[in-house]
Amino acid sequence: MNLRWLRRLFIAIPFFWMLLFFLVPFAFVLKISLSDAARARPPFTPQLGLEDGWSGLIDRLRQFDLESYVWISGDSLYVTSILNSLKIASVSTLLCLVFGYFVAYGMVRAPRRWRTPMLLALILPFWTSFLIRIYAWIGILKNEGFLNNLLLGLGVIDEPLIIMNTTTAVYIGIVYSYSTLMIFPLYASLERMDGTLLEAAEDLGCSRLSAFWQITFPLSLPGILAGCFLVFIPAMGEFVIPDILGGTQTVMIGKTMWIEFFSNRDWPVASALAILLLLILIGPILLFQRHHERHLGKI
Amino acid sequence: MHGKTSWINATSLTLGFAFFYLPLLILVVFSFNDGRLVTVWTGFSLRWYAEVLQNDEMLEAAWNTVRIAALSSTMAVILGSFAAITLVRMGRFWGRTLFAGMIFAPLVMPVVITGLSLLLLFVALDIQRGFWTIVIAHTTFNLALSAVVIASRLVSFDRSLEEAAYDLGASSFATFTQVTLPIISPAVVSAWLLSFTYSMDDLVIAAFTAGPGSTTLPMKLYSSVRLGVSPEINALSTILISVVALGICIAAYVDFRRDKNT
Repeated sequence: MNLRWLRRLFIAIPFFWMLLFFLVPFAFVLKISLSDAARARPPFTPQLGLEDGWSGLIDRLRQFDLESYVWISGDSLYVTSILNSLKIASVSTLLCLVFGYFVAYGMVRAPRRWRTPMLLALILPFWTSFLIRIYAWIGILKNEGFLNNLLLGLGVIDEPLIIMNTTTAVYIGIVYSYSTLMIFPLYASLERMDGTLLEAAEDLGCSRLSAFWQITFPLSLPGILAGCFLVFIPAMGEFVIPDILGGTQTVMIGKTMWIEFFSNRDWPVASALAILLLLILIGPILLFQRHHERHLGKI
Repeated sequence: MHGKTSWINATSLTLGFAFFYLPLLILVVFSFNDGRLVTVWTGFSLRWYAEVLQNDEMLEAAWNTVRIAALSSTMAVILGSFAAITLVRMGRFWGRTLFAGMIFAPLVMPVVITGLSLLLLFVALDIQRGFWTIVIAHTTFNLALSAVVIASRLVSFDRSLEEAAYDLGASSFATFTQVTLPIISPAVVSAWLLSFTYSMDDLVIAAFTAGPGSTTLPMKLYSSVRLGVSPEINALSTILISVVALGICIAAYVDFRRDKNT
């Protein structure tokens, strides 16, 4: 008897917590995205809801429109931010993959006693505050910053490189803060690999490079896929990096949403942008969950 | 897989770790700089540390953040353990797929979405925003994080230990407290630490769910970073980096001691 109740309680408490504070809020985002902007507190008038009873709802349904969405599709700023986010997230995922593969491969190939210290050394910057890591790059990248001083001092360049407040700075920021998320799954899948496969390939006359492409690379695909999801999905909605390093000219959907919400106080448009971002990401999130369950056991 | 370290592997490791550490190193070095500029060295000084420690607003924000982090990670590991046991040990039940999805999705969901949706929930329910709404928001994210960390420990341990306890006549409660809990306790500790770190670090969710008088350290840091570089931020960052480094060293040492003893 008590086992059954314990079981129900165990399931019910976290279940309802997540239902109330994770899933249900999306219904409100959807509702507000369909509301009209207004000068009020909170700044919108709902088009759906029973505040004025059923007759009020029916009245409002007659005038129902997709104002925020029409507004978004008609304004090039929003379309550009969505396309730009897709581009920046894809390119930086690729950059993280290339950089992360070199590091993960190097770690697996290093002497065994180095591995734990190296893993710890990876964790330290990763656990350091995200804002601090991004902030550290301002001093390096700005016009009179560390990098420019160094290159000017060495005589490599004659005038300072303009990197700060450009998309390049955003790429550097994303690779710097997200590539650890690529290295961990890559390392895990390379570490599990059976080394005798490579020895067999070598014995059979396979060159090192073709052994890499025919054995190591395919066997690390689960890690590659997991790493790409882990970088791409949050990079799509990134706000801090384009805001601090990207300047005004780098528009990304997360940043546009933040500005609509906090500066323009246009809650319906911000909500509509959130819904669009969610629609773009729901596919990758579900695929990632399935991938995770298949390769890393049930959660 | 292991083998010789070729020059290409050595190069990628050196460059890789230099990339990770140089920015932080420069940041730390210039926190000890005497001048206002954070790119030109003028002499050693601890004055910026003194300024940070006298900045009452900063200290209040830091204290707020620590309390929020401690509360939300404690609630999260309790609820997260329930969720992990549910997912790994309870078999099928109605809504299991939905539940697994709700545990998994927050971990990868862009925080702007999570933050906005929670804010709209609080507005709709007419809840005054402030300290407790940030705690709820962070508990939600950290619950998911803890559940995944604890679940991976539960998956990898031998279920027959629990079955043996049952066979020897232990009640389900005794089995839970005397077998299951000790086994998952290292994962519970690391889940708490991860949650605490996350909560100390989060800007976006906190910014959406905060109200007047509940500013957190990342929010304070963000508004000063937007104004540009300053040696005061460098000093504060160095303090925070040292705390994380110390935490990791202690965790690694405890782990090392345990490995040696068993």
